[in-house]
Amino acid sequence: MHWQPAANLGAIRQRAALLATLRRFFAARDVLEVETPLLCSQGITDPQIEPFVLSQGAALTAPRFLQTSPEYAMKRVLAAFGEPIFQIARAFRNGELGARHNPEFSLLEWYRPGFDHHQLMDEVADLVQECLGARPLEKFSYRQLFLERLAIDPFTASIAELETLARRHLDPGDLTGDRDLWLDLLMSHVLEPALGDGCYCFIYDYPTSQAALARIVAAADVRVGQRFELYVDGVELANGYCELTDAAEQRRRFERDNAVRRERGLSERAVDEYLLAALEHGLPECSGVALGIDRLLMLATGASRIQDVLAFDWQRC
Amino acid sequence: MANYSTSEFRSGMKVMLDGDPCSILDNEFVKPGKGQAFNRVKLRNLRTGRQWERTFKSGETLEGADVMDRVMEYLYADSEFWYFMESDTFEQYQADAAAIGDSHLWLKENETCDVTLYNGAPLSVAPPNFVELEIVETDPGLKGDTATGGTKPARLSTGAVVKVPLFISTGEVVRVDTRTGEYQSRASKS
Repeated sequence: MHWQPAANLGAIRQRAALLATLRRFFAARDVLEVETPLLCSQGITDPQIEPFVLSQGAALTAPRFLQTSPEYAMKRVLAAFGEPIFQIARAFRNGELGARHNPEFSLLEWYRPGFDHHQLMDEVADLVQECLGARPLEKFSYRQLFLERLAIDPFTASIAELETLARRHLDPGDLTGDRDLWLDLLMSHVLEPALGDGCYCFIYDYPTSQAALARIVAAADVRVGQRFELYVDGVELANGYCELTDAAEQRRRFERDNAVRRERGLSERAVDEYLLAALEHGLPECSGVALGIDRLLMLATGASRIQDVLAFDWQRC
Repeated sequence: MANYSTSEFRSGMKVMLDGDPCSILDNEFVKPGKGQAFNRVKLRNLRTGRQWERTFKSGETLEGADVMDRVMEYLYADSEFWYFMESDTFEQYQADAAAIGDSHLWLKENETCDVTLYNGAPLSVAPPNFVELEIVETDPGLKGDTATGGTKPARLSTGAVVKVPLFISTGEVVRVDTRTGEYQSRASKS
């Protein structure tokens, strides 16, 4: 049995220093720190993310979910007050365990009213420079990235073409799936390891099927989700959106998620009526981003495993 | 055998894949924040020895393979099989040419080997890292030539041909690294 911490004292000190740096960064920019509940009555519909469910306790009238991100609650704060806000929070994702995943992890999430996703990418770059030091910036649209590095158009290629290309680079056995499965494989196995090598690399404007909660707009000949990701040394560090503010469209996306869940044999999840009511009331035009604090600390310390920056990782708590 | 899910895959676990028993070497969880979860698994096919990476959707399962590693003594060979014995149970096993592969070049009677059993039968045989074998044929030794560093081929009692220094003669016993097939030294006198 390991009663001792997984991280050494140096990493624990560096975490404390990093948290102080983050708070200083936002204080200097007049972004308000908020706290929202971890144990929520509403889960999320995202078919790729499984929450932990709490079902026993005298205060419970129905099961509650450990939050998978503070996004919905923060958007409700934003809809009510319209202030730029940030939060340093624990989030929980069931089944995500590996060298870069711990089922309980720390997120930095912030929202900027009036920013589009490019303005927010600039601010993410400022923050990361402050934490990890200066590096050149790189920016590619998702489409540009696939065209330049894989010579394929991720928006127009057929599923068969994407599958053929993926099979040239890796062995997925008898794996079958939709267009996003092959795009995810190419992104995570072929492209991602080389992204942000010696630089800070932003990828933006994703296929609409991967827009998540980003606004969808027409761009040139295709429609794109105004979502972005930051990669540093082959590590996915942050994910942001120019936020969807339309309540009716948000409800359709929740319903589409549930349709995907049904197809995959997963249980459907109730949609978060609190969030939808806040959007009905009116969410200011804004952009928001979530950044993995443990991964940021991995990059700052040179750790190759997330366990090395956690006082007590999943196996020790 | 039990089924194992990708989240249970551990280094050293033996599983069935595409009809062959395989050993898991490494298991990496790969998941984009907003995308599907995969496990990128490094495997070795225990029948062919091939190492490669296979990507699974997280949550997929594989059947466990009935594979065991045993230390056994090599006894002898006939025209078809090589015979091994487990020293604590005295149980004997016969390995065919496919299981032996190139290992027959290094098998010496009464040496211990690592034998991998699949469904109770030898699947592969690994000889000791170093064996001492007699030279049955080589060009005459050049007496006193220990400095020039030249080599010549020599045939060992098992049929293996290794490069030895010029001063080594037929009838001498030499020590060979079975992983590289390279001559190490003259055998220590026993």
